[in-house]
Amino acid sequence: MRKMKQETRNNMKPRQKRFVFIAVAVAALALVVGLVLNALDKNVSLYFTPTQVFNNEAPHGRSFRIGGLVEEGSVKRQMDGLTVNFVITDQHKSIPVVFKGILPDLFKEGKGVVAQGKVEADGVMHAEEVLAKHDENYMPPEAADALKKGEAANASAVTATPPGAPAAPAAK
Amino acid sequence: MAINWFKYSAPTTFYGLAGKLIPWFALSAAILFAIGLYIGFVVAPVDAQQGEFYRIIFIHVPSSIISMFLYLIMAGYAALGLIFNTRLSAMMATAIAPTGALFAFISLWTGALWGKPMWGAWWVWDARLTSELILLFLYLGYIALHASIDDPRRADRASALLAIVGSVNVPIIYFSVQWWNTLHQGSTIKFTGTSMHIAMQQAMFTMLAACWLYAIAVVLARVRSIILEREKHTLWISELPEVKG
Amino acid sequence: MSGLDIWMREHTLAYIWLGSYAVALLIFAIEIAMVIHKRKITLQQVRLMRDAEDEAGDEK
Repeated sequence: MRKMKQETRNNMKPRQKRFVFIAVAVAALALVVGLVLNALDKNVSLYFTPTQVFNNEAPHGRSFRIGGLVEEGSVKRQMDGLTVNFVITDQHKSIPVVFKGILPDLFKEGKGVVAQGKVEADGVMHAEEVLAKHDENYMPPEAADALKKGEAANASAVTATPPGAPAAPAAK
Repeated sequence: MAINWFKYSAPTTFYGLAGKLIPWFALSAAILFAIGLYIGFVVAPVDAQQGEFYRIIFIHVPSSIISMFLYLIMAGYAALGLIFNTRLSAMMATAIAPTGALFAFISLWTGALWGKPMWGAWWVWDARLTSELILLFLYLGYIALHASIDDPRRADRASALLAIVGSVNVPIIYFSVQWWNTLHQGSTIKFTGTSMHIAMQQAMFTMLAACWLYAIAVVLARVRSIILEREKHTLWISELPEVKG
Repeated sequence: MSGLDIWMREHTLAYIWLGSYAVALLIFAIEIAMVIHKRKITLQQVRLMRDAEDEAGDEK
């Protein structure tokens, strides 16, 4: 250690200069990147929320993506068995969607979804593509059931987990 | 304990030390891979939403984490080499790049295979996926830049700048899922802990440890060749038993 | 839905193994082979150089 200190003292200047140069360069770059990203914010985001669409933040006349949750009870299949109507909501605003095609496995009422298409004059999005957005929680089915029951009981009491199933850590 | 760390920062001693350590890292990596895969496929239950498909996580998340950390370590060594002009730091940075690139590729590849059945798309241009792709390109750019300059010291300096500048991408990858609307879900492993089921956690952390040990083993093996190559005119190299042999 | 889409749902574990884990392990195997190869080549070069120097110099 002492050896290094002496060395550092002897060659302080060029080394320190290089260090300061790098530190300043990285800081400046981080700042620039931060500003650029901030400016690009809306373009970097993959989708718009229904609220943003209502606030006219989404593009008009061209295809874009809307993301949110599939509203409970809103999924209706038409007679042809391929066309599906559902509503994307962010709990404040909702946008109806019509889509003809095969839905991803994880497409479910109350779950995340991202739909790409055009919003027509009638306010309905005609989607070309529907993607499912899942959450970051992983647990066995029993734990998920227990969690659901617990939610259904609406925090009345701590529900017992079935034997063999480890207590599901409630989604924090 | 007064260990003289600078002794090990010299290529001479590091070469021998690395040679002794590599078999241990490789062996423990192999054992942990076996344990991790066993827990991941036999012990860990299916996921309530994703069924069996979620099991890709045990290779996807460790390789993503390692691709990001290796970049920071590489940039750190590159910066050390630039500031202190130490020989070994620059060699370490060069040795890390290919492994980092491979882990970034595995992360993107396994992510695509996971995305198709679950999201409904192999690829979307969301911020998380795009920034991880940029990470892969940064690794490739670093390797290409280093290889394109003949004088190794100049190559070290030029590519070190690229590595340092590119390191701003790593926090962008990590926070992308919070800063922007992405299709990619948020982080399962947070600084505050995880909500993951215990056996799933064990599988993932075992695989993470295995991947780390593997990465260390191959990087050390690679850096030994780089040391040999760069110091071949020195006396200590010509006196190595494997060279005399 | 294409054939692959159906196949991956009917043979999920095979899909995961072949698609993700086998690919990752193959990449590891290739990397290990490359590292070992590089070590061999480098050692050869260093030995050749040392022999050449030995012959050039009049030591011994």
